[in-house]
Amino acid sequence: MDKVQPKIAVEYGKNTTIVTLTEERILDESEVQALSDSLMPLVEEADGINLVIDFGNVKFLTSAVLGLLIRVSKKVYESGGQLKLCGINPKIFEIFRITRLDRVFDIYDDKLQATQSTDPA
Amino acid sequence: MVSDSSVHKSVVIKSSRAAVEALCSQLFEAAAGRDFDGDDIFAIHLALEEALLNAICHGNKQDSGKTIKVEYFITPAKFEVSITDEGTGFDPDAVPDPRAEENLRKCSGRGLFLMRSYMDTVEYNKTGNCVHMVKHKSKAPNAS
Repeated sequence: MDKVQPKIAVEYGKNTTIVTLTEERILDESEVQALSDSLMPLVEEADGINLVIDFGNVKFLTSAVLGLLIRVSKKVYESGGQLKLCGINPKIFEIFRITRLDRVFDIYDDKLQATQSTDPA
Repeated sequence: MVSDSSVHKSVVIKSSRAAVEALCSQLFEAAAGRDFDGDDIFAIHLALEEALLNAICHGNKQDSGKTIKVEYFITPAKFEVSITDEGTGFDPDAVPDPRAEENLRKCSGRGLFLMRSYMDTVEYNKTGNCVHMVKHKSKAPNAS
């Protein structure tokens, strides 16, 4: 059996689960599937999860990742949670902007802003 | 050192991720060597990845016994590539606009749109199994 490579690092805030994507490049179906295999259990195991995904390490991605984010978003909102994205570099943000996904996702400059928008004061 | 020469090649690669990665590395190196900047190479990278993934997944249906033909022509002024798979093709005009409100939350259908957004020319043959893309260098040639 193939070894599943870790694609994310997870930390837990007061009211938030913060997932940092550890790969610089997320390209093909197998890499997106590995990321999905890491992300989906977090969403499925916690009702109403407030999930922050930090893109700070990501320098390149393809449209397959956008599809995964839509799937994750649907799961999160179906369970009554919230999804925030942060740390997206300008070139990657341009992909979100031209596909108009910047209107679909809640996007913040950094992890602090994203968690503050979720954690009650 | 910046090359002022052109490179024109036609190669046939296996329909696999490893073959795509090896070819892409060569093409990016050729573009960088002809002074394409980071934004241009990002655009070429994105369009190539999307086109080659389409060829592997949709055209060749993940059959690693099939091949992809890639013809490229890289000059100091432009990056031109044609990618042909062994599939039956598709109608690119029938692909819906992923930015339309009813499609915004769909999980797929953005690859072709990104190719068209990041390249200057994206054209398919009549069968729809060969895509031809061109990216002109954004920055003015170095006058020195």
